[in-house]
Amino acid sequence: MAEIGLVHYLAVSAILFGTGVFGIFLNRKNVIVILMSIELLLLAVNINMVAFSVQLGDLVGQIFTLFILTVAAAEASIGLAILVVFFRNRGTIAVEDINTMKG
Amino acid sequence: MIATILFYILATVCIAAGVMVVTSRNPVYSVLFLILAFFNAAGLFVLAGAEFLAMLLIIVYVGAVAVLFMFVVMMLDVTVAEIKKGFRAFLPVGLVVGGIFMAELVFVSIAWTMAPENLSHAIAIAAPTPDGVQNTKALGQLIYTNYVYLFQAAGMILLVAMVGAIVLTHRKRKDSKKQVIAEQLARRAEETVELKKVETGRGI
Repeated sequence: MAEIGLVHYLAVSAILFGTGVFGIFLNRKNVIVILMSIELLLLAVNINMVAFSVQLGDLVGQIFTLFILTVAAAEASIGLAILVVFFRNRGTIAVEDINTMKG
Repeated sequence: MIATILFYILATVCIAAGVMVVTSRNPVYSVLFLILAFFNAAGLFVLAGAEFLAMLLIIVYVGAVAVLFMFVVMMLDVTVAEIKKGFRAFLPVGLVVGGIFMAELVFVSIAWTMAPENLSHAIAIAAPTPDGVQNTKALGQLIYTNYVYLFQAAGMILLVAMVGAIVLTHRKRKDSKKQVIAEQLARRAEETVELKKVETGRGI
């Protein structure tokens, strides 16, 4: 086994990102799982940032990871709040029923 | 050697948990697998030497975001059988798009090489990792000095998110009995106390 380097971390992050994109397309019935897929995407981005930060010896990458975490937490809370309000009004959270705007 | 084995274990479990998040039929299981993925990613961060972010990942994601997801999943009772419909129809397109993304990213990360001037550290590094200082302390020394405005902005983002979530989900209930202090204080004895003349020998 080779020494663990930047490439290994990048590969893990790439696979996680692909899984997240796959999940967004796969789950057309449940918005909650789509939100979880977005969290996976952000996790993959964070792994990327940390790997580069450690490789280059530059701490700014880790600081930006911190801000990405902040934004992800805010996004999750707002998204779930919108979801709760939508469920209260319409009684469903299936993706194909969310078509009032005909977009 | 141990670090290598640990990396492969953590990475495998992390990716497997990620796959289970998107494929499992019950959203509750999805949330639990999401927590597992975050734990393993935190392990990867520790291996890479970013301990503070690893702890942050566990505290913020597992402690707050995943619990929030769990609340919402349990509050909106979503029938499991209904979720499964349309799984097959979207499997091919999901596989194609996700696979293309994944393959491109993996190829890039394999075929990519550092420019020689980066390896020799000829370019300026914004904040070099100090020697002999713990990761948490080094991050703190940076975030409260050079990046204090960004730090404040992050606080504002969290505040806006908090206010937004409360405003969106809060509703007035008509049947709840709430104490309105202003109304209580506005009452006068003349308006509320009534003197009745009761005739002698008869009940009220």
